[in-house]
Amino acid sequence: MDLSYTADEEAFRAEIRAFLEAELPSELAEKVRLGRDLTKADMEGWHAMLNARGWLAPNWPKSFGGAEWNAVQRHIFDEESAAANAPRVVPFGLSMLGPVLQKFGNSAQQEHWLPRILDGTDWWCQGYSEPGAGSDLASLKTRAVRDGDHYIVNGQKTWTTLGQHANMIFCLVRTDPDAKQQEGISFLLIDMDTPGVEVRPIILLDGSHEVNEVWFTDVRVPVENLVGEENKGWTYAKYLLTHERTGLGGVGFSQAGLAAVKRIARAEMHNGKPLIENPHFAARVAQVEIEMRAMATTNLRAISKAAAGEAPGLEASMLKVKGSVIRQEINDLARRAVGPYAMPFASEALEGANDLVPDPQDAGPVAAQYFNNRKLSIFGGSNEIQRGIIAKVAMGGGR
Amino acid sequence: MNFELTEERRMLQDTLRRYLRAEYSTERRNAILDSAAGYAPEIWSGLADLGVIGALFDEAQGGFGGAGFDIAVVFEELGRAGVVEPLLDGALLAGRALALAGRQDIVDGLIAGDVQLAFAHYEPGGRYDLDYVQTEASGGGLTGRKAVVMHGGAAEHIVVSARDGDQIGLYLVNAGAPGLDARDYPLLAGGRAAEVMLDNTPAEPLGLGLAEIESLVALAMVAQCAEALGAMETAVALTQDYLMTRKQFGRPIGTFQALAHRMADLLIELEQARSAVINAAGMLGTRDEATTLAASKNLIGRVGRQVAEEAIQMHGGIAMTQEYELAHIAKRIIMADHRFGDTDYHLERFIALSAA
Ligand SMILES: Cc1cc2nc3c(=O)[nH]c(=O)nc-3n(C[C@H](O)[C@H](O)[C@H](O)COP(=O)(O)OP(=O)(O)OC[C@H]3O[C@@H](n4cnc5c(N)ncnc54)[C@H](O)[C@@H]3O)c2cc1C
Repeated sequence: MDLSYTADEEAFRAEIRAFLEAELPSELAEKVRLGRDLTKADMEGWHAMLNARGWLAPNWPKSFGGAEWNAVQRHIFDEESAAANAPRVVPFGLSMLGPVLQKFGNSAQQEHWLPRILDGTDWWCQGYSEPGAGSDLASLKTRAVRDGDHYIVNGQKTWTTLGQHANMIFCLVRTDPDAKQQEGISFLLIDMDTPGVEVRPIILLDGSHEVNEVWFTDVRVPVENLVGEENKGWTYAKYLLTHERTGLGGVGFSQAGLAAVKRIARAEMHNGKPLIENPHFAARVAQVEIEMRAMATTNLRAISKAAAGEAPGLEASMLKVKGSVIRQEINDLARRAVGPYAMPFASEALEGANDLVPDPQDAGPVAAQYFNNRKLSIFGGSNEIQRGIIAKVAMGGGR
Repeated sequence: MNFELTEERRMLQDTLRRYLRAEYSTERRNAILDSAAGYAPEIWSGLADLGVIGALFDEAQGGFGGAGFDIAVVFEELGRAGVVEPLLDGALLAGRALALAGRQDIVDGLIAGDVQLAFAHYEPGGRYDLDYVQTEASGGGLTGRKAVVMHGGAAEHIVVSARDGDQIGLYLVNAGAPGLDARDYPLLAGGRAAEVMLDNTPAEPLGLGLAEIESLVALAMVAQCAEALGAMETAVALTQDYLMTRKQFGRPIGTFQALAHRMADLLIELEQARSAVINAAGMLGTRDEATTLAASKNLIGRVGRQVAEEAIQMHGGIAMTQEYELAHIAKRIIMADHRFGDTDYHLERFIALSAA
């Protein structure tokens, strides 16, 4: 047992930190810190900077243009990025589709699509969920019917994150309606500019436009956009979901969030004293911090297992549950901390009207974030589904 | 012991519920949320016509109610429908202040639905502390700033607290008065509020002090608890329906015990919340008022969070969408904890009061 990082790892951390200090534009970091919406150009700009340094795809092999970092290095990068308020890399192409293509795609697909993910030619979104198929993803209904050298796709996807920016969507579609549910699904890459694709915005409860519905009406997709074998899509999707689930503990976000809570609570006054000194509030903050410290180590334990090449086990599910609960608790503390100023609708409200409120720009979006981050325990396999997995493995039935 | 509502209150409850069911659909409400005014004048006058505002005042004040249970009945229904029209501040707080001050002329207009009012007490930097008043009264003018004043931009008269030496008092300020600047903005859970800036703004003293502010806020706490209760009832009902109709893995999700037990917990906590509102309304004006209100507001804040978060979680993604009724209702429930003191504030108060 040794809780410290090696000298190499510390050197790596210093390199990342120096890069962030030199390259991360301060206006961009400020936007992230204040929880403002990032534009498409903001995100693309940051991707380009990372790509120029060769760090855009930390988990990809070097042969595909990735950094080929191990799990510890990726963790250090995430931690430093969160601390510096760097934007989160948009995961759909880089962490989700990339690994699937590398494992199951043919060489023509790899050569065509992977470089375009890195250089930003394509913006991918994830077309899995449907109105009737959420937790029960295998019940999805979007149909793809073979017609010569095309598939004709009809159906609807929903909750498509950042689909409004995307030009490409990877979809799970039903190619064999007669087979057992999991055995009739294929993995298809669809150009969103094809006639018959329609994207409709969904506005979330905090007023943000983050997700969309994507409708398909007689959309013609060339057969070369099928990944792997027909009707084997479920296997690929499950492989992708394991990638989606790593890093879901969100330790870096929790640390940054807790720092923000403390900053607000030092400025807020209650009974003539800073809120941070109030025993009830202080106890709440301490309780979350205690949880977070333990989880950070659980996270590192999982990471070092992964770095040693061991297959991810139940840790992914455990970290998803614990990590989302901790982040949501931090969001709750932040909205409590700002008191009555949680009520304004931040995007329009306090701008300019607010010079007297302590650090109002921190206060602005915290309530909206509290509501928005209810999603953390819903998407990527809900916490109920994760607990189901853990219980099933623990009490028989395997995985 | 009798836990039945009186005949009059039951009639008020029925009429109000029926009116809101007909006039305050999710669509209508979402349109109001998006409107520039942030409230619907015709709903306001509709409510006044039904006697809803009159129910908040006693007969001597030109109304026909005014007791804790009248307030609770009205606000529970408003909460159930997610009403954003600011009756709590505009009618109850400001109106009862003016009634206490004997400004019957304005109160009559309010009860008739003809006058818009606001109540400006809390200040930036004061959180929920009732005696934190920095706004100064001197030479007939008020100078200072009031925080998150509900309806502050639309009100024709604002009841404002200020300090004259070490005396806190309430004053009446008219919209358009020199040195008054109400900068208004929309609220996350609907409606609009304003930062009210006063710069030697002419004001009329109302002859009311901190003791009256405390008793007005006690009324408001009953109303706020009842409103949150009504909203919780809607959240729980929506969740119950959804668990029975939404199917995943070939069966209604409510048949998964992981959800069924949590639904049961919500039903248990909802009854706790109902009792807390009854306690608050019943103890208003008694020796136990302060302790009971602190207890009720704490419980409502705690249970409210559980209901809002669990209702969203058990719905899944659909509850995250602005259009779906639960999203608005959940925001109303959570935001109730940001008014008149949150769970922690009232826990601390309860400890102090029950130790005394
Ligand atoms: C903000 C946001 C972004 C998203 N982005 C994307 C995206 O980019 N691409 C994409 O494909 N999808 C995306 N999703 C969809 C997400 O993956 C689904 O919301 C999730 O799978 C849950 O499905 P559902 O919403 O239909 O809820 P349901 O599956 O209907 O679940 C409702 C409730 O029932 C519970 N439940 C279901 N089954 C069981 C069971 N067997 N046992 C116990 N409890 C159960 C759930 O946990 C939940 O509490 C996103 C969702 C959100 C909210």
